[in-house]
Amino acid sequence: MRIVHYINQFFGQIGGEEKAHIPPQIREGIVGPGMAFKQALRGEAEIVATIICGDSYFAENEAKAKAEILNMVKKYYPDIFIAGPAFNAGRYGIACGTIAKAVKDELGIPVVTGMYVENPGVEMFRRDIYIISTKNSAAGMRDAVLKMAAMALKLAKGERIGSPADEGYVERGIRVNYFAGERGSKRAVDMLIKKIKGEAFLTEFKMPEFDRVIPNPPVQDITKAKIALVTSGGIVPKGNPDRIEASSASKYGEYDIEGVFDLTGETFETAHGGYDPVYANMDADRVLPVDVLRDLEMEGRIGSLHRYYYATVGNGTSVANAKRFGAEIAKKLLLDGVNAVILTST
Amino acid sequence: MRLELGKIYIKDVQFASETRVENGTLFINREELLKEIGEDERLKHIDVEIAKPGEEVRIIPVKDVIEPRVKVEGNGGIFPGFISKVDTVGSGRTHVLKGTAVVTTGRIVGFQEGIIDMAGEGAKYTPFSKTNNIVIICEPVDDLPQHEHEEAVRIAGYKAAAYLGKAGKDISPDEVKVYETLPLLEQVKQYPELPRVIYVYMLQSQGLLHDTYVYGVDAKKIIPTFIYPTEVFDGAIVSGNCVSACDKNPTYVHMNNPIIEDLYERHGKDINFLGCVITNENVYLADKERSSNYTAKLVEFLGADAVIISEEGFGNPDADLVMNCNRIEEKGIKTVLLTDEYAGRDGASQSLADSTPRGDAVITAGNANQIVILPPMKKVIGHPNAADIIAGGFAGSLMADGSIEAEIQVITGATSEVGFGYLTTKTF
Repeated sequence: MRIVHYINQFFGQIGGEEKAHIPPQIREGIVGPGMAFKQALRGEAEIVATIICGDSYFAENEAKAKAEILNMVKKYYPDIFIAGPAFNAGRYGIACGTIAKAVKDELGIPVVTGMYVENPGVEMFRRDIYIISTKNSAAGMRDAVLKMAAMALKLAKGERIGSPADEGYVERGIRVNYFAGERGSKRAVDMLIKKIKGEAFLTEFKMPEFDRVIPNPPVQDITKAKIALVTSGGIVPKGNPDRIEASSASKYGEYDIEGVFDLTGETFETAHGGYDPVYANMDADRVLPVDVLRDLEMEGRIGSLHRYYYATVGNGTSVANAKRFGAEIAKKLLLDGVNAVILTST
Repeated sequence: MRLELGKIYIKDVQFASETRVENGTLFINREELLKEIGEDERLKHIDVEIAKPGEEVRIIPVKDVIEPRVKVEGNGGIFPGFISKVDTVGSGRTHVLKGTAVVTTGRIVGFQEGIIDMAGEGAKYTPFSKTNNIVIICEPVDDLPQHEHEEAVRIAGYKAAAYLGKAGKDISPDEVKVYETLPLLEQVKQYPELPRVIYVYMLQSQGLLHDTYVYGVDAKKIIPTFIYPTEVFDGAIVSGNCVSACDKNPTYVHMNNPIIEDLYERHGKDINFLGCVITNENVYLADKERSSNYTAKLVEFLGADAVIISEEGFGNPDADLVMNCNRIEEKGIKTVLLTDEYAGRDGASQSLADSTPRGDAVITAGNANQIVILPPMKKVIGHPNAADIIAGGFAGSLMADGSIEAEIQVITGATSEVGFGYLTTKTF
């Protein structure tokens, strides 16, 4: 059986971030992690070609990159397509998911990839493709490759795929029926007794969570309130000193705007890779309205604008990260005696 | 209220000259049975057939399934408000012809009746492939309005079950189970140290072939109220419900409500089971609010620490389930919910029409949209062409060779939301 393998510039041994712009290229045979796959596949299948593409190139030229890669894949008539593993690399994960889904949908070839559960590519593609759950770094390569190879062989042979726990893939959200050992009523009574006793139990159906936030009561006297600005629109001092990622942010920044009355093209910009940055870069007040709040402050219509603002990039950022950022920022705002926050997105 | 349930195990059913039970066989005088149920002028033709486990027989479209029972001692009779007067039932002694069931079929009333296969793939999904079924085939007079048609067939089924049940009156049961629930204050005192549990029993009441009756009263018109669990064993709650076959509670399932049975199993050991609160699933928001408020109030008033809530049907009643859950949990009373799912044929869609984060303990009876192929049977009792129009079927469900491709939604009792079956779902 024939396999085509997709990896990024780093695992393709071309270079790091400085080579992330390289367009897709194809090599006959194995490259980088392909060696580990070769061992894991034990001669049952062979990687006939490896496609290497820079993460930035893929992110910035998605449609073009996809078409180029699909053309390369087609030429090798693979029985299966493997992408990654991408571990916790956000752009790489999204690229793996995007191209694997395209190969499956457009070429009808079975695909498998691997990512760490918090990689934004997981949430984007877990419903569409099999994503083997990996560790968060390349230290987990061996385990990831073993599971991905086993999955690849099963898919190529058209064998029945077991449960996520059995095969090691991320839940795809597909509900599958089976007959339990006890009837439903007995399971319900058992669960009730566990719940009463405060013991651990496993619900058979997770109600989807709609994360609705109940607003706080209105600020009593806005003319006395200290107001802060927080954004997921990526507004940072020019040069992006904290190197907040354009997508799949792993951090947020805290920036001093003492004495700043207007955000200009010379002083501020956006780090966000998910929208047209031109207008935000021209005048960042469009995303983070410092100018208007200074006006209100001078007119006495608000108490004051908080000295620091907080910014991250919402693009592809995992819910787990976003929750953590929110909790940390809220704590700091409370300590600084902030009474109200204006949240802006993009 | 104390009820002895005497179970007479029936291993075979045969037609004979006299209706009687002998050595585990139920003999039926066919003519006498037909005479007993044949007085309704709305039905122009009634017939009866027997379908046994393992036989290549399909029954379609199935309306209701009823268990033959008879009151031996104590107040009232089986099916109060229909077959018997409205005396309070649930105490004394009742005999059951265990292993038998009356199944009603005949021309379709609505779109939501079911299939019972006695063998093959479909047999795995219905509990009624394991019972010896006495199938009552009722054909209505021409132009009979649907509500009249439904009622006539429903009552014919009760009559047949009551008639057959009488054969067990003087038989010594193979097993006697005793169930007892005391008046509230005494019941609380009996096991003061155990957590107090109420069963919130939701009854389908969306109207137009989606109804349930309590002592003869249409459950649409009830305010949520208390019922002793043993009353249910005597047929105080019956089904007039043709909602999707997979998750309606046939009368048989009410009479054998497994949640009540399994709560009694732990009664006095892990829990103090106080009884049942019945409520409805009406379609208007005001009704849903009134009933869920009333249910929560009653559950709190009765002193429950925890409840099991079972839904009947899907879609619109998902809102009732969620409202009951929220209002009861808001009072600090723990809940476990029983439902089934409509996750699409691929299992990838949102399963319920409503959701609440408070519903953290849910038992699911399976995805009703799963496709199944039912092989052709040697014999079909009823009208096979109903397969194309019943809920869960589609145009082309019935194939030329007699096999049926449809969702398991078409199978009677496949995804029972009182947990009568074993089917469940996990996420892949």
